[in-house]
Amino acid sequence: MLLIKCPYCDETLPELEFAYAGEAHITRPPTPAEASDEEWRDFLFIRSNVKGAHYERWRHVHGCGRFFNAVRDTVSDRFLVTYPAGGLRPAVDDVTGSSK
Amino acid sequence: MLIAINNDCERAFTMTRFSALSLLKNAVTGHKGWTEQWPDSQPKAEYDVVVVGAGGHGLGAAYYLAKEHGITNVAVIDKGWLGGGNTGRNTTIIRSNYLYDESARLYDHALDLWEGLSQELNYNVMFSRRGVMMLAHNQHDIQSFQRHIHANRLNGVDNKWLSAKEAKAFCPPLNIAPDARYPVVGAALQMRAGTARHDAVAWGYARGAAARGVDIIQNCPVTSIRRGPDGAVEGVETARGFIKAKKVAVSAAGHTSVLMDSAGVRMPLESYPLQALVSEPVKPIMPCVVMSNTVHAYISQSDKGELVIGSGTDQYTSYSQRGGLPLIEHTVAAICEVFPIFNRMRMLRKWGGIVDVTPDRSAILGKTPVKGLYVNCGWGTGGFKATPGAAHVLAHTVAKDEPHAINAPFTLERFTTGRLIDEAAAAAVAH
Repeated sequence: MLLIKCPYCDETLPELEFAYAGEAHITRPPTPAEASDEEWRDFLFIRSNVKGAHYERWRHVHGCGRFFNAVRDTVSDRFLVTYPAGGLRPAVDDVTGSSK
Repeated sequence: MLIAINNDCERAFTMTRFSALSLLKNAVTGHKGWTEQWPDSQPKAEYDVVVVGAGGHGLGAAYYLAKEHGITNVAVIDKGWLGGGNTGRNTTIIRSNYLYDESARLYDHALDLWEGLSQELNYNVMFSRRGVMMLAHNQHDIQSFQRHIHANRLNGVDNKWLSAKEAKAFCPPLNIAPDARYPVVGAALQMRAGTARHDAVAWGYARGAAARGVDIIQNCPVTSIRRGPDGAVEGVETARGFIKAKKVAVSAAGHTSVLMDSAGVRMPLESYPLQALVSEPVKPIMPCVVMSNTVHAYISQSDKGELVIGSGTDQYTSYSQRGGLPLIEHTVAAICEVFPIFNRMRMLRKWGGIVDVTPDRSAILGKTPVKGLYVNCGWGTGGFKATPGAAHVLAHTVAKDEPHAINAPFTLERFTTGRLIDEAAAAAVAH
């Protein structure tokens, strides 16, 4: 069972309280009517599917109900950091502590 | 100990054919006469085709390349042992009752091949047409299953509707009490569907491919795909050095997108853990495979006697090959609901595999924008049933450099054109 820290409630709670909501920091094309088929494909379907530090959205569905972002290592499933939705994307090195 | 077998004259491997006579002969001589089924090959510097991933799909593709297309200078490379990925981790269910015409053709092609596979490979894959029954629990299930049955029959795929009583007669341990939380109100039954011994599929294809000269290279991770100045594939970088290849076919399930990234191709894939568990072995009690989308459970009994129970994917992407306990609890609760008779069975072990899921829940099988690079991925939670069919058309695609009519719709381009094969909404099970 994953333990996840909700950045709003400031509590670390079991996975059962949360719903996964896909990759984070994917932005809708700014001018949708002008976006090409390839841009739509990238927006709708292409995902980074990282083996390592993955930026993703979660929702504290059985708690405050709000969306937030997280960085999780997809190999160990360990959460590196969680932060409010709309926040800036933290650099991988900052959250993993690696200097690579 | 590693012994390099680097040239053809040293490759003296010949396949021993199995027969009643050979079994008898070895039985009376203390089983000392059996020889290895395939050699543990070392990589050569260059191949015509390199297949990445020695699961059923990859080994099968190598087998059909050698057998049907005469291409024998082939290597199948795996980061672990052959058949140790999702081929050895699935719940062995085989069926073809998919809604859309494209899927029906692909999975029914696989089912046609399953039926003759043991004879074809001279290896008992224990394919058993015991029937797959999908339970309906509410009005929506009834309507959707009956739509599936009609669509299937139009496509020549067998599938029939059973009342709850008929379902109970077909599978006696089933609970059809009307006071259940989710009562069984009917079922769809594909009689031609069933199960097979998953390991044997990988072993049978490996043996058949090796006998035709294919190198099977295990414990050799492919770290990236190398492209030349003209953009075409040059070969693969591996833990044992660079291996040159004119054509590379990636059949690496959950790790496909990582590898394709190294060739500069971004994939519409996400990798999720999918879990399964087995009980202690008991005497035969489950005569068929039973699936339920609504409570999300599927169950069958292996020939060893274990109940084989499949779970759903975890909600989050992962490469951990574990998955979380909440999924198992949910699955076991569903099994106890549909089969109260099993509620005191002890579970022996659980495990996870990493499945690559596409947005429309249909596979991607064909050419890529990179010359000489082919991909077979996106099977999600349902790749095992497709093994012979996928392998067969992948071999065709690689050999001819153009897709077989059956896999032609399963392109990567469909995510640009919008011509999806949307089994996500239509899948007979929660995929």
